[in-house]
Formats: sequence, structure tokens, C-alpha cells
Amino acid sequence: MIDAFLNAITPFNIGLALLGVFLGTIIGALPGLSATMAVAVLVPFTFSMEPASGLIALGAVYTGAIYGGAYAAILVNTPGTPAAIATALDGYPMAKRGDGDLAVTISCFASAFGGLVGAVALLVLAPPLAIIALKFGPVEYFWLAIFGLSLIAVLSKGATVKGLIGGAVGLGLSTIGSAVIGGDVRYTFGTPQLLGGIHIIPALIGLYCVPVLLNMVSTKEAHIERANTKNSSRIGEALTSIWNSKFNLVRSSVIGTVIGILPAAGGAVAGLVAYSEARRSSKHKEEFGKGAVDGVIASESANSATVGGGFVPTLVLGIPGTPPDAIILGALMVQGIRVGPRLFTEQADIVYTFIFGLIIATLLMIPVGLIIGKTAFKTISSIPKSVLVPAIGVLIMIGSFAVEQNSTHVIMMVLLGLFAWLALHFGFEPSPIVLGLILGPIAEQGFVQGYLIGNASGNLMGEFFGRPISIAIIGFTLLTLLWPIWSERKSKKLKEDQIHE
Amino acid sequence: MNLNRRLFAKILASASLLFASTLVPFAAQAADYPERDVTYVIPYNPGGESDVTARMQQKFFKELTGHNLIILNKPGAGGATAWAQLNGFKADGYTIMGTIVPHIILQPAMKEVGYQTEDITNVFFFHYTPDAIIVNAESEFKTLQDLVDFASANPGAVTMGGSGTNTANHLAAEIVSGLTSTVTTYIPFKGSAPAITALLGNQIKSVMSYTTQGVKAGDQVRSLAVATEKRHPALPDVPTFRELGINHVGGAYRGVAVPKGTPEDIQLELAKILAEINANPEFQKLMLEAGYSVIDVSHEQIPTFMGQKAKTYAGAIKQLKAKQ
Repeated sequence: MIDAFLNAITPFNIGLALLGVFLGTIIGALPGLSATMAVAVLVPFTFSMEPASGLIALGAVYTGAIYGGAYAAILVNTPGTPAAIATALDGYPMAKRGDGDLAVTISCFASAFGGLVGAVALLVLAPPLAIIALKFGPVEYFWLAIFGLSLIAVLSKGATVKGLIGGAVGLGLSTIGSAVIGGDVRYTFGTPQLLGGIHIIPALIGLYCVPVLLNMVSTKEAHIERANTKNSSRIGEALTSIWNSKFNLVRSSVIGTVIGILPAAGGAVAGLVAYSEARRSSKHKEEFGKGAVDGVIASESANSATVGGGFVPTLVLGIPGTPPDAIILGALMVQGIRVGPRLFTEQADIVYTFIFGLIIATLLMIPVGLIIGKTAFKTISSIPKSVLVPAIGVLIMIGSFAVEQNSTHVIMMVLLGLFAWLALHFGFEPSPIVLGLILGPIAEQGFVQGYLIGNASGNLMGEFFGRPISIAIIGFTLLTLLWPIWSERKSKKLKEDQIHE
Repeated sequence: MNLNRRLFAKILASASLLFASTLVPFAAQAADYPERDVTYVIPYNPGGESDVTARMQQKFFKELTGHNLIILNKPGAGGATAWAQLNGFKADGYTIMGTIVPHIILQPAMKEVGYQTEDITNVFFFHYTPDAIIVNAESEFKTLQDLVDFASANPGAVTMGGSGTNTANHLAAEIVSGLTSTVTTYIPFKGSAPAITALLGNQIKSVMSYTTQGVKAGDQVRSLAVATEKRHPALPDVPTFRELGINHVGGAYRGVAVPKGTPEDIQLELAKILAEINANPEFQKLMLEAGYSVIDVSHEQIPTFMGQKAKTYAGAIKQLKAKQ
């Protein structure tokens, strides 16, 4: 272990980690360019490096990119990576009232903390934690997706019916294309371009970024308030806020780590679940969605924790925990590293060097993030909208195309964007639609697989309702759905009692 | 000003020369092929088997030709997005694309995917990933016979995971269940990796997957049979289907295709380069260790090869269609 630590802190590896975090943060910060893309671009360069160094570079870029996604979400309200969806919910309102610098700084510290929790879990608990990934069968994914959909209640900001309609639209959109299970071709209207379905990244860019851009063009007011203090990092203030929210920080980091371990879930789900838990346990629920510091802390610490969490199944079982992990796994194969349970014993030097590298990269993220964050805030709050809008417009086009080198995605992004803009005018928020789009396929596949397996074993009800983890998730879902009703009743009753007295 | 104008004229002249030179027919230039970097479109995500094997070729291509093989991932619709676009690329040998049999036979047979099997001009097939039936290491099925016996006694009770519906895994599961006269329940997953995950978690009883997955998962799983002619060196203890009396050899055959109209001599030259990469012992070692089987289906053999494969799959495709 000590050897691995010394290996990780060679000047070359530290230099790589620094460069990786820097590049990753920049790529993640650009709306439309995601962590997956950042990792994919870097992979070929790592083939000429030592396995551990290559891995450190990839891990650092990945960490940086997940964090970088917060800038666009906070400062422009355009979560370019799915992981940053929940960050925008409160980050942008903060920026709008002039606290953009504070939000960026808080997200930097929260991300670093979450990243460390994930990486330390990977370091000390990887093999036992990997079991969680295996306990999740198709049925558990189905219930997890249903639980995720219950978060619409949280995301729809009071307009529950509109939120539900939006969620249904998202679910509908997710069925377009050739079904993974069943192979049916749905709603393609005979066009081969639609066979691949609606890709989540261009859809996300369209649904979130395009309405923001159109609104920026159609209103006169400044996009966000400029810095109102001279010291535009507000580090002390940020640290105080985080200290006051320490339980939220730890809880969100743990949620992020565990959800990161589940393949097929990912940063977006982690951020949203942590956000909704933070909101539920908060004493100031009404502040959420209007610039609550706790919301930013929850989302950012959780999505950064998925990095370390995601590496647990990737390294222990050879199962990629998140999309960027799939690419890193491919790179490992090319390097001749056999992932699997024996990796931690047979090639322990490489694995532990990598994990220490990841921890170092996470720590380096604090200075790098603060410097880039300060610059980003100053730049975005001072450049005129006439420059900002076309620049982001070009970036989101490139981003949509680059996902799969496919021009259909650009068209899809623009169309969905226009749709979202119109919908927003009628009070339909994009978040429930996105949630439906992300969770639809998980729910569908889990349900059909669970149904087939249940039928094969002759115990369909047991398959869906008899498994311990399923029961726990169903319980959480009911709690999320019924808690608001119950607490409202209670407060009403309390009031009535007071009146009667 | 005058100077500027002359400079401009010069630039214009050299630019048009440059433009003209690109227009010079590239046919009959095969001796020099490739003169520059070649773009290698892979219809799958980075990290998948198509991508990984292409990246293994990359290094040797550079050694042989002095030019880079630039990999461009263009995933979507199980590969169909890229294959439907193949003939839209310039037919000069500088854009080539990965292909897979049975995918390019199966997809157009099952539904409208924007291309037909004949639209793909295959130049060379360089390896195949043999089919393998894999169970959890703790499984009650010690041999393929155990699984077959159980499936015969309990039709439909053996769940067999695989990647997607109407895919290579699905086809292989159909072929094997036909050959053994058993009924299993095929459970489609989004790719090979999630299927293996479900197997490791004991969510399903078996998977129809590839040797590579058996190698990757190591001790956690037991491969019951592999669809090679001789035992695979990376899994020396696992019998072939043929040893067990089941006549099944096959898997995912990966090759390289070019846009329609690419000059014949360039196709031949490309096939020659790919065959030389295949002949490199270092390349073979990389491929074998990961569980692939290196094969040479040369340019001349391709029509026969495609014909044979189409015939092999015909029965199973019919069964899959009947189930639709």
C-alpha cells in the first residue's frame, strides 16, 4: 500500500492528475460536452503510458468533468452533463440573486468531499461493496426507477399535475426506437434515423439549454447578477455553509457512493435522490428551488461520489458502474489488465496506485476548481448576452453531434429544445420530462426481465414483491409519496387544535 | 497593395493546385495505399469488443504502413446507424468501417434498418468472438449436460440471459436450443455486461455470451461450452460444443468493410495489410489472451463465407421471426 502511495505521488503522476483535473473541469464546464466524452477523447493518449499513470489521467479527467458540469448548471442554468441536473435547481437561482460565486465555491468543496468519500470507499471497502451491485436484479432496477419517478413530486415545484404530465411525456419519448427487449420498432414512422431512439445527452441539452438561450434572447435583463463583493470566491462563507450542512453533506456523499456502485443508475439519479432527501429532511423546505445552499451541496457531493462508487463494480467485477467507466474498462483491457476479484490481489500495485491517484486528483480539484470557478464566474457574469448566447449555441450543436458523430442528434436537440421552450411557457418544467426519459428504459427493461424471470421460476408475485431490497425501495417510494400528505394533515390538525383551544 | 495582390494570386494558385491534386484519380494508386491516415469507423461505443479489437489493430497498422488508423466511434441502433451510412462515405479507401456477422445478416432480415446485407462491401474478416454458454461458479450445472437435462425436464425454467432481442446472442441461444431440443427462457439485456452482472448476482441461471466474457469474469463463472473448432487457449478446460455432440461453431465475426465503389486494388491492398496484422505473433497473443479467435477470411473467400453464414442462420432467423 505504501509503495502504491509512493508510486502515485511521483512528480509525473501528480502532474498528470493536475493536467487531467484541469482539462476535465474545462470540458465538463462547456455546455454540451460530457464526462463520457472527456474520457473517450483522452483514452488513446493513455495507451503509451504505464497502466497506473494512464488510469490516473483518466480518473482525474473524469473527476474534473463531473465537477466542471456544475459551472454551466449554476451560472447559465444549462446542466451540460446529466449529473448536474439537480445542481441547476438551486445553483442557478443563487447565481441569479448575485451569489453565483458562492454557489461555485460551495460546489467545489462539496464535490471534493463527495469525491473523497467515494474514493475512500473504493480504497477500503471495494470488494464487499461490489456485492451491492450484484444484489440489484432486474426487479430492483424496476423499483428504483419507480422510486426515481416519484421524485417528480419534488421536481415539479408545486405544479404536481403538470409535473406528472411532463414525466409521462418523457416516458413516451423514451420508448422511441428499437426496443432493447422485444426488438420491436416503436414510433419511428419508418425513418431509420429514429431507430436508435432519443439519445439522452442531446435530449438533455435540448430540453435544458435551448429554452435558457431563447429566454436570454427574448428578455432584456442581465443573465445573472455580477459579483457584489470584491473577494469573489467567498471561501470563508462557503466553508461555514458547508459546516452547517455537514449531515446533508455526509448523507449525500454516501447516497452518491452507493448509487454509483449500481450499474445503470449514474450521476443524474444520485444527484436527484440526494437532492430530494436533503429537501425532505430540511427544516426550510420552501427554500428549495429558490436558491437553497443545501440543494447545491447535496447534488454536487452526490454526483462526485459516484466517481469512486462507480469504480467499485468496474474494478472488482469488470462491470462498468457508469458510462465513462465503460470506456475506462475498455482501456484497461487494451493495457492487458484483467479486472475482476483477483485484480486487488494480483495487480494490487496498479489498483492502489490508481486509487491514491484518484484521491490526489480529488484534492487537486480544490485549488484548480476555485481558480477556474472564479474565472468562470467573472467571465460569464461580465460578457454580454450577445456573445454568450451564440457561443453556447455553437457549443451545444457540437456537443450534440459529438456524442455519436451523428447529425440526427443535432436536429433532435433543436426540436426538443423548441418543444421545451413552448412547454415552459405553459408552466411545464423540463426536469420531469428528463426524468421520464432517463428512467423509462430502466423501468421498462427491469419490468420485462423481472416478468420473464418470474414466469420461468413460477413465482411472479414473489419476484416483484418478495425480495428484501425491492421491499425496502417500495417502502421509500411510499414514504416519498405519502410524507407530504401526512405532514400537511398533521400541520392542519395542529392548526385546528390551536383554533379549538 | 500590389504585393498583397500578388501574394493572394500565389495563394490562390497553390490552393487550386492542392485542390486539383486531390481530384487526381486515386484508382490505380494501390501500390502507395495508404498515403495518409485512414479513418476507421467503429459502429459501437468505446470500450466495447469492436472498439477494443480495433484499437489492438491500430498499433500494428501504424508499424506496417507508417500511417495512423484513426478510430471514430459512431454507435447507435446496435450498429445499424453506422452501417446505414457506410455507402455515403467517400469510396477512396480512407474511410473504412468495422462490420459484424451475424449482425449485418440478422438486422436487415428482421426489420427495416436502412441498409441491406448486400450494401456492405466486406473486405476482410479478422477474428471471431466464439459463442459460449456461461453459468455462475456456484451453479448446480457442472456441465452442459446438466443444464440440458434440467431444461428437458423443466421446459422454460432455465433462464438464459444475452445481449438484446434478435441479436447474435439470441440467435445462438435459438440455434443451441434447436440442436439440443430444449426450451429455455431467453432474457434480453442491454449488452453483454449487464447480462453477466445478472449472472454473477444469481438473477438468472445462465447466459449465452462470448468466450471473452468468460475470460473476463474469471473464477466467478464457469463456461460450459465454447463454439470453437478446437478448445480455446484462454479457456483450455472448457469443452467445445462439438466435443459434446452439438454441431455449433460460431460467434460474432468481426471484419472491415469499405463504401461501395472503392477501387478493387485498394480493397485488396487493405485486405493484405489486415492479413499481415493478423499474422503478427504479438497481435495474436493479445487477441487470444482476451478470448478472441483470430481467423483470416480473405477478400476472395468473402462471398462464400457470407453465403455459408446466411445458410447457417436461415433456420434460426425463421424461428425468431415466427416468435415476433
